[in-house]
Amino acid sequence: MKLNVNGKTQDIDVESDTPLLWVLREQLGLTGTKYGCGISMCGACTVHIDGVAQRSCVLPVSAVREDQKITTIEGLGVQQFHPVQDVWAEIDVPQCGYCQSGMIMAASSLLAQNSDPSDDDIRRGMGNICRCGTYPRVIEGIKKAAKQLRANAESGGQDANA
Amino acid sequence: MPTRKKDDLLNSPSNESRRNFLKGSTVATGAFVFGFSFPLAKTALAQAGSDEVNAWVVVQPDETVLIRIARIEMGQGSLTGLAQLVAEELECDWDNVGFELVKPGANLQRDNVWKSQSTGGSTAIRGSHEYLRKGGATARAILVEAAARQWQVPAQECKVNKGVITHSASNNSTTFGSVAALANGIEAPENIELKDPSLWTIAGKPLKRLDTKEKVDGSMVYTSDLTLPGMLIAIPKACPVHGGTLASFDAKAVLSMPGVKKVVALDDNAVAVVADTFWHAKKAIDALPVKWNEGENAKVSSASIAEKLHEGLSAKTDYVGNNIGDAANVLSKAANVIEADYSYPYQNHAPMEPMSATVRWRKNGCEMWGATQVPESALGALAEAAELPKEVCEVHTMRIGGSFGRRLATDYVRQAALVAKQIPDTPIKLLWTREEDMLQGHFHPVTQCRMRATLDDDGTVQALHMRISGQSILAHVNPNAIGGKGDPVMYQGVDPEGDMAIGYSVPNLLVDQVMVNPHIRPGFWRGVNLNQNALYMESFIDELAHAAGQDPLAFRRKLMANHPKHLAVLEAAAKGIGWDTKPAKGIYRGIAQVKGFGSYVAAAAEVSVTDGKLKIHRIVAATDPGYAINPQQIEAQVAGSFVYGLSPLLSSECTVKNGRIEQENFHTYQVMQLRDMPEVEVITMPSGGFWGGVGEPTIAVAAPAVLNAIFAATGKRVRNIPIKNTDLSAS
Ligand code: FES
Ligand code: FES
Repeated sequence: MKLNVNGKTQDIDVESDTPLLWVLREQLGLTGTKYGCGISMCGACTVHIDGVAQRSCVLPVSAVREDQKITTIEGLGVQQFHPVQDVWAEIDVPQCGYCQSGMIMAASSLLAQNSDPSDDDIRRGMGNICRCGTYPRVIEGIKKAAKQLRANAESGGQDANA
Repeated sequence: MPTRKKDDLLNSPSNESRRNFLKGSTVATGAFVFGFSFPLAKTALAQAGSDEVNAWVVVQPDETVLIRIARIEMGQGSLTGLAQLVAEELECDWDNVGFELVKPGANLQRDNVWKSQSTGGSTAIRGSHEYLRKGGATARAILVEAAARQWQVPAQECKVNKGVITHSASNNSTTFGSVAALANGIEAPENIELKDPSLWTIAGKPLKRLDTKEKVDGSMVYTSDLTLPGMLIAIPKACPVHGGTLASFDAKAVLSMPGVKKVVALDDNAVAVVADTFWHAKKAIDALPVKWNEGENAKVSSASIAEKLHEGLSAKTDYVGNNIGDAANVLSKAANVIEADYSYPYQNHAPMEPMSATVRWRKNGCEMWGATQVPESALGALAEAAELPKEVCEVHTMRIGGSFGRRLATDYVRQAALVAKQIPDTPIKLLWTREEDMLQGHFHPVTQCRMRATLDDDGTVQALHMRISGQSILAHVNPNAIGGKGDPVMYQGVDPEGDMAIGYSVPNLLVDQVMVNPHIRPGFWRGVNLNQNALYMESFIDELAHAAGQDPLAFRRKLMANHPKHLAVLEAAAKGIGWDTKPAKGIYRGIAQVKGFGSYVAAAAEVSVTDGKLKIHRIVAATDPGYAINPQQIEAQVAGSFVYGLSPLLSSECTVKNGRIEQENFHTYQVMQLRDMPEVEVITMPSGGFWGGVGEPTIAVAAPAVLNAIFAATGKRVRNIPIKNTDLSAS
């Protein structure tokens, strides 16, 4: 079976019911994507599939086609940080950091679909659990990153959400 | 604005050195893997020896200053705060600062030069600021002495600024990095004076964390991320009824499943499947037929526990924590007694990273890689399970994916060692599933509380009796600490004096306890017993204010005249919410205050209740921690405390059925989500002269401030949380 992960095609040899999360973590060594619940409740395992946030802990690897592009936190900002990562570091969003890969993947997907999210859009769109309680800075960070993305788009800058 | 290059994001020299250092630590892990020999700790430190100025400070020729961190960073930001304290006295350039984590085995071998590594009770900063500042100051003095000897001038005439040492009379100047090698063998001065906090330039500043980059690009290696060559994965399952034992299991039923290597028993109460991957181990442990001896505890339920606790509310007791005047007598004679019963349910810590540890057992030594809040105890637990002396064991402390008190326990360390011992020479990564983490927690204890008071004609409190009936954490973890007062920790927030002192003066006050200890394993949960005690006291004071027909703030002021610091934060929070102004239509307010973990905290909340639906709009928190080492980290801790404290208020609880915890994952253990997050304002008002913690106390005022606002909005007094169990609609 073949998967396209972070721009590379990878050969995978696992049982078809293996969740994508564990293929990423254990077969491909991409441990930035985390396990938090295994039942699609917390968002720690969020990755992009063709640019859209998906929870990889409940997605059997057999449900992902070879022509679908999987992006993990490791592949989000390779040449340069994604504006969400920039802002996250700028305003010190992470506490323990464990939920933050998923948080960042969910936030960048939200911004790809809505370049100017309202408070309500953010509240509705971000279902990731953070036990350290970084929510206020996550909200602030998404708004800041949105501004930066819009400014980038205006100046014709490259879209970092590759 | 152009997007910056990834490496430009943190482009100061500091971060260059930080990156190098972090690379260095990865290499070190690799070295353990491939060329490992005992004793590790000694060699690890001896290598660093040449650059070591003293135990706390390593200065490298390229000016990188590595500050050794002995306490545990678990997301609370203390790593950065602790480094700030050392750097302040060292007078180094903050941009050059990196860090190194201390291992408990090394600490043991160097006679505890790094003191206690345990981290809990909001002690990381307040428990170590003095010796850390001294460590920094001593290192500075040694480096200056090294320069002075080189120039043959008196050390007192030299000045230091940002890692540069100068002697103006002789026109000499050098850097820490240039003289560090000469510092070897220079004795530390005995009495060293510390700077007055008013002169601080690094401590007290809202500096960014030292360890953020690897948390935003996915490269931070947590315990569950570590991979060692030849490693196997173990997933345990313990008897879901605490205190029960393992009767039997049928390994044959799963041994032929893909990847499964072995099924092993752990102590008398658990079994683990060992496989090549998590998914293989998970499928096998789910399929494994297991029988338990659940015992009598299987009959216990939330209702039966509540019944016992309720009996405790009126039982006789000799355990008294606070006693002024004769409250019992005054109350027995009073014509009008106001009385209310409250309760607080079990909670799971539920850190985002479930329990995990990697252990490799060899007959001549045993190592663990993993997260813990108590490195020394973890080392002890490891050695005991490994049946080896501590001297040939080591704990490589790893970064924690949240803890909140959970990793004060070392049960998972023991389990990992027990598996590893049965599969020698093979690194075993033990991973708990979320389900195991939920069932095998060390739970925030359950308590109930009966409050009784009488007011005089002016509405002033004449007598107050607070009866706490509930579970003792100490009775479980350290029964020797139970004394004449019962469990002293059960009085947090209502102590007569000290770090957890009550902020009200009442002429007749009695606080006593009855211990009821169900079989559910209790533990220290962020905020511990301050959480419910503040909820009980602050709700009831609010009830009394309303009974007296007085404004809740004005009512408190009268009781707090002798507690100016408690009152100051309360006034600040009230001012922040605009207590003196009329709220917008449909918005209602509540306040609460407490002293806990050495800090004074207060909260004021604004809520609305529409068709029974609660919305928390805004919370203002005020904190006086004495000294504020990093205001922006404090702000993050306080905001995080609201999230942790509002979860039990809104929705999270652990209930018991057939002797076991019912909530197995986040679908039933419902924690606070981003969508529920109110606007938060944090007022930090350090008044100096004492050192308080900031990681916990605010949790305790979050819930009562909101409960009091709910009463203002609806006239309903919610005394049992979470409020999801109460209908708030007008009836
Ligand atoms: S691990 Fe996938 S949603 Fe929690
Ligand atoms: S930062 Fe720790 S769980 Fe979110």
